[in-house]
Amino acid sequence: MRETWLILGASSAVARAFAREAAEHGAALLLAGRDMEDLGHQATDLAIRHAVPAVPMRFEARDLASHAGFVAECRERAGEGLLNVFLAFGVMPDQAEADADPAVAAGMVEANFTGAVSVLGTLGPVLEAQRGGVVVALGSVAGDRGRKRNFLYGATKAALLTYLQGYAARLSGAGVRVLCIKAGPVDTGMTWALPKLPFMASPRAFAAAAWQKARRGSGSAYLPGIWWPVMSIIRLLPTPIFNRLDI
Amino acid sequence: MPDSLAAQAMTRMTGWKSTALQGWGRSTLSPCLAARPERLRELRAALDTPEGRTLIAHGGGRSYGDAALNTDGAVVVTGRLDRILAFDPATGELVAEPGVTFADLLAVFLPRGFVAPVSPGTAHVTLGGALANDVHGKNHHHAGSFGDHVLWFDLLLPDGRMQRVSEAEDPALFHATIGGIGLTGLIAAICLRLVPVPSNALAVRRRRVGDLDEFLAGFEAASGATWSVGWIDALASGRSLGRGILETAEPSPTGLPHTVPKSRRFPVDAPGWLLNGMSVRAFNALYWRRVPAAGQEVTVPYRQFLYPLDAIEGWNRMYGKQGFRQFQCVVPPGPGVAALRRLLETVAAAGSASFLAVLKVMGPEGRGMLSFGMPGYSLALDIPARPGSEELFGRLERITRDAGGRIYLAKDSLLSAEAFSAMYPRADEFRAVRARVDPDRRLGSDMARRLGL
Repeated sequence: MRETWLILGASSAVARAFAREAAEHGAALLLAGRDMEDLGHQATDLAIRHAVPAVPMRFEARDLASHAGFVAECRERAGEGLLNVFLAFGVMPDQAEADADPAVAAGMVEANFTGAVSVLGTLGPVLEAQRGGVVVALGSVAGDRGRKRNFLYGATKAALLTYLQGYAARLSGAGVRVLCIKAGPVDTGMTWALPKLPFMASPRAFAAAAWQKARRGSGSAYLPGIWWPVMSIIRLLPTPIFNRLDI
Repeated sequence: MPDSLAAQAMTRMTGWKSTALQGWGRSTLSPCLAARPERLRELRAALDTPEGRTLIAHGGGRSYGDAALNTDGAVVVTGRLDRILAFDPATGELVAEPGVTFADLLAVFLPRGFVAPVSPGTAHVTLGGALANDVHGKNHHHAGSFGDHVLWFDLLLPDGRMQRVSEAEDPALFHATIGGIGLTGLIAAICLRLVPVPSNALAVRRRRVGDLDEFLAGFEAASGATWSVGWIDALASGRSLGRGILETAEPSPTGLPHTVPKSRRFPVDAPGWLLNGMSVRAFNALYWRRVPAAGQEVTVPYRQFLYPLDAIEGWNRMYGKQGFRQFQCVVPPGPGVAALRRLLETVAAAGSASFLAVLKVMGPEGRGMLSFGMPGYSLALDIPARPGSEELFGRLERITRDAGGRIYLAKDSLLSAEAFSAMYPRADEFRAVRARVDPDRRLGSDMARRLGL
């Protein structure tokens, strides 16, 4: 029975690379997002490159009322096979912009956290019922400690991690694995225009590693792995020193 | 450079970043603002450049010179637009986004028995770049250039309109865009026809050739071969002028087991002294003797024959920090033979100026107004950037021009506007199309400005 991966936020570069990875391994794809033109292109690409079924689906993280219908459709499209979830949606407006405008900040919380909680919550019973499958969600190293430059985005990802910890505990009884990937910077549109960032991963290498983790892991994992020692040190910095750093 | 805070905020919002790009020859570093769209919507948005800067598309970065550079302007990097949009195994017709590379085509379609009809010497070239430079390969004498196999393309015009361009519907724009070095619009999708092959391998024959006359006779005798190419020891002179190896290839009826390509990376910028007369002479002697005196027949994977240099990633660093320029010309048959001899003599006389030269018999004239392809012989050589190398380039350009030949824009960084107009008789036709589709000059590149396009 062919397994299906539901990719939430499928137009992002990381999600695209992960979808290719999954397709290469023979999985069917549900590509969920807002840019239907792009998702259509992506579905065709996956179907031609890897001869797997791939379907574009409209999904709006902030439209909570739509989630129940959306999840029901996903379940139906996955057919008899296992439904797995890769949650990659999220926005990262400039911190200064969010500081200046509370509406921007709230919109970000809604998209990155509220939307995730709603769709994962709706998916919960479906995953429990199939007694298996895996949920991989993109967290961020930014969630490990609130930094001056990026703490709002970090806060949404920290909240997501905490949610996922409990979500994992709840679903573990049904044999569903839940993995939060604490992503370092990946070379995508989100980071393209930023000043040079350390240990930047290519989407392809990141997705290949994420796929390996998705096959086995649960809990949380740093990707690339170098971020584990780096963030361990950053977390341990005394507050007076940390606050003086321009990071 | 945008220094003000407002300009910085703007560049962040539209995904522009301040960076510096190089051609494959690495001879100049070109500061610009660059965007890298991940989808069509973002490609459209990139037309709206900061501060009204001019824009040029930049694919795999394998143009050697300044065709895809836009100093102090804006550049849109297309590599992330890499989706295959349609494929019909009955006809071989493929539709793909401009960032799809020849490596992608080989990986996806060779296992299904299809290859690109025409392929340049590196698989890292994008289809957009292949169209914009009307590239050719080792089968040019039969198959022509890349543009000869293109059925249509979607072109995002400078005014934001998307137009599907075919030879039937808008021949002028079609012929201006093929080989038009990106100056008519941003290519959003390309339809071309792949060709069926019997296996994943080629039957390759190699033989040593003693001099230029023997080379030309060898090409003549091998004119029926699907692929043919000559590697010339550019240091050999006198009686062995034009000494080298002639390689021909045919599709092999039997395949090879699938292997994962191994590539090594050239680790550092080589120091300038590494490539000297002695080391190059020794290398070339080895290269020549690699092929037994009696010749050699081998079955090799497509990538090994089509893309030999891709086995060493970043081989351009071999020429050190100063970089290099590639000279590639085509000269017509007849007067071209004497020109070939003079070109090789000039290079050999310049000592360690160049390593290897690649000689190729060329077939039909390309369809593009600025297509490089024309019947005759093409000669390509790397010239390390050193004192005197530009002057040597000038001498080679002169010989080419006097013989009625032309220089390949994909490789060029030095040609003058005046010599360009002499070599490309359809340049004015091209300018007229540009005036029609880009009256406000929103597109531009270092090459366009240098050549007076």
